[in-house]
Amino acid sequence: MNHAITDGGPPLLEVEDLVVRYPVRRGLMGSLTRQPRRAVRAVEGVSFSLRRGEMLALVGESGCGKTTTALAAIRMLDPGSGSIRLEGQEITRLSQRALRPLRRRMQMIYQDPYESLDPRFRVRTAIEEPIAIHGVASSRTDRDRRVMEALARADLTPPELYADRYPHELSGGQRQRVAIAASLVLNPELLLADEPVSMLDVSVRAGLLTLLDRLRRTESMGVLMITHDLSTAAHFADRIAVMYLGRIVEHGPAREVVHDPKHPYTRALLSVVPKRDPRRSTTPQILRGETPDPIDIPPGCRFHPRCPIAEARCRTIDPELRGVAGAATGHDAACLLL
Amino acid sequence: MSLLEVRDLNVWFDLPRGGRLHAVQGVGFTLEPGHRMGLVGESGCGKTTTVLALMGLLPPSALVSGEVLIDGRSVLVDGEQSAQLYRWKDIAMVFQGAMNALNPVKTVEAQILEPMAFHGIAEGAEAKRTAGELLELVGIPADAGSRYPHEFSGGMRQRAALAMALSCGPKVLLADEPTTALDVMVQAQILELLQRLTEELGLALVLVTHDLPVVAQVCEQAAVMYAGEIVETGSMDAIFHAPRHPYTRLLFAATPDLDGEEEVVSIPGAPPRLDHAIVGCPFRPRCDRAFGRCAEERPVLRAIDAGQSAACHLNDEPVGAEP
Repeated sequence: MNHAITDGGPPLLEVEDLVVRYPVRRGLMGSLTRQPRRAVRAVEGVSFSLRRGEMLALVGESGCGKTTTALAAIRMLDPGSGSIRLEGQEITRLSQRALRPLRRRMQMIYQDPYESLDPRFRVRTAIEEPIAIHGVASSRTDRDRRVMEALARADLTPPELYADRYPHELSGGQRQRVAIAASLVLNPELLLADEPVSMLDVSVRAGLLTLLDRLRRTESMGVLMITHDLSTAAHFADRIAVMYLGRIVEHGPAREVVHDPKHPYTRALLSVVPKRDPRRSTTPQILRGETPDPIDIPPGCRFHPRCPIAEARCRTIDPELRGVAGAATGHDAACLLL
Repeated sequence: MSLLEVRDLNVWFDLPRGGRLHAVQGVGFTLEPGHRMGLVGESGCGKTTTVLALMGLLPPSALVSGEVLIDGRSVLVDGEQSAQLYRWKDIAMVFQGAMNALNPVKTVEAQILEPMAFHGIAEGAEAKRTAGELLELVGIPADAGSRYPHEFSGGMRQRAALAMALSCGPKVLLADEPTTALDVMVQAQILELLQRLTEELGLALVLVTHDLPVVAQVCEQAAVMYAGEIVETGSMDAIFHAPRHPYTRLLFAATPDLDGEEEVVSIPGAPPRLDHAIVGCPFRPRCDRAFGRCAEERPVLRAIDAGQSAACHLNDEPVGAEP
């Protein structure tokens, strides 16, 4: 359905075996009694790549590590180990200073356009700020031109109508477009969109997602979208990576993952997504309990305590993400029973 | 006689700078025991105001007219004071963010006991036993009642809020976006619980949500609200497969579906402001099927098929002009 630009060069973003841990404070008594240092194992060995013009959706429930993965991938967080390459350039250990010129190429759109825009700034100022920080405009006229162009690219047309407004004068959808314009003004190659529409009204969501879809096609940006909404991922992404407790448990072309899920977690997750057509609603396969704490990750397959088909060996062997027999190429799952 | 009957409900808010906002405009519906109805629409269309009015929980700046009957008894005759007698006992509600609905400095059990004490349902050891049973009913171990809301996960809090809502044995349950803040698996657990409770306890459920697929899964009936009024109502099956109002059709078209192959399209524009009178059909500026009459005359909700009603002039046009 969707075709990424395959130019033969290195992928836009390549993440290999990424690990991110957050230390847990032991407290005074803990240190005195020499309790072992503990850590939230937020991301544990995640690998994926993203090409220009491609949209990859990271999906999963809260706490699965999707946001941590994405933030570490653009070096907004320091990874514990692993490797991150931007167009072949190793950026895993670059200092913040060395990262600065690269920031322009990796931009982020946040979930809540009511919080991400400063209420005291006019739209124009919000969009000018990144230009000023990165010093990319040669003159005042150049800067103005860039602002107007960014607004138009985010479908806020005519741009003159929006440039001098304040955020409170705009609807939620328009605010999110301003946030998108502020990231587009630097002509990024990689856009990280963290739940870009979940705070918005249903009636405007499709327009925003269509905009992201168009940007990656016409401006060949790579879009990494974080979402908990599988229907959105199914509609707009080329590929879907399903995360559970810090790991990708299934990864493949969006259509394949949605219509022929392999991992028992993906199957359960898809079965509980409500459908618009009441005639097509199926019996949801509801998993009991909640996702375990990422401080205490179960041994073996991390999904085994909730898995409906787990066997004895699932308790001891930690399955690798690998190709599934009978599935399309590029469709991988981490399950011993496949 | 229906279990819940709402007749010509209107809510106005006095605006601080003068003028009035007509938030709910002539809403009416009926609901039977064990039945579930979804109240859907965009933000600002009056869904939440409608259910808050049913609970008698609107702020003093609100002016309410119309009738709300539970088992034939009017519960809104004298505003707040009469609503208090029925609130929690006959009609109860769960809210969107359960953390905001629960008191953080009281144990979960204490919060279940509170409405029971107020209505003189039970006290002492008996009340505590009932609270334990209620917790078990919603899937929380009875001894967890001694814990505080912050010790619970989002899903557990919503369950606790449900136990609290059910404490006085209500007949009608109002749920305002009960799963919006939850993960999809936890949402599935709560929706399953709501379905089971309505069936086992014979509750009538009004589920307020912007999420049409959630309504499609849980409710038999739905009412679509726009600009403060119900513009279409009917069985979920009918309004999905044969919508009789363009707004309903466009709302479905804007909702991505797991199996859907068709393009997902936004509805252009925004709902109208409700602080001045609207001439013609309130949806006309955003409608893809508007014609001459829509600008002049406001359509009224009227029956089209058995159980299905819509407020759209297209339904008066010759066959073949369906919305």
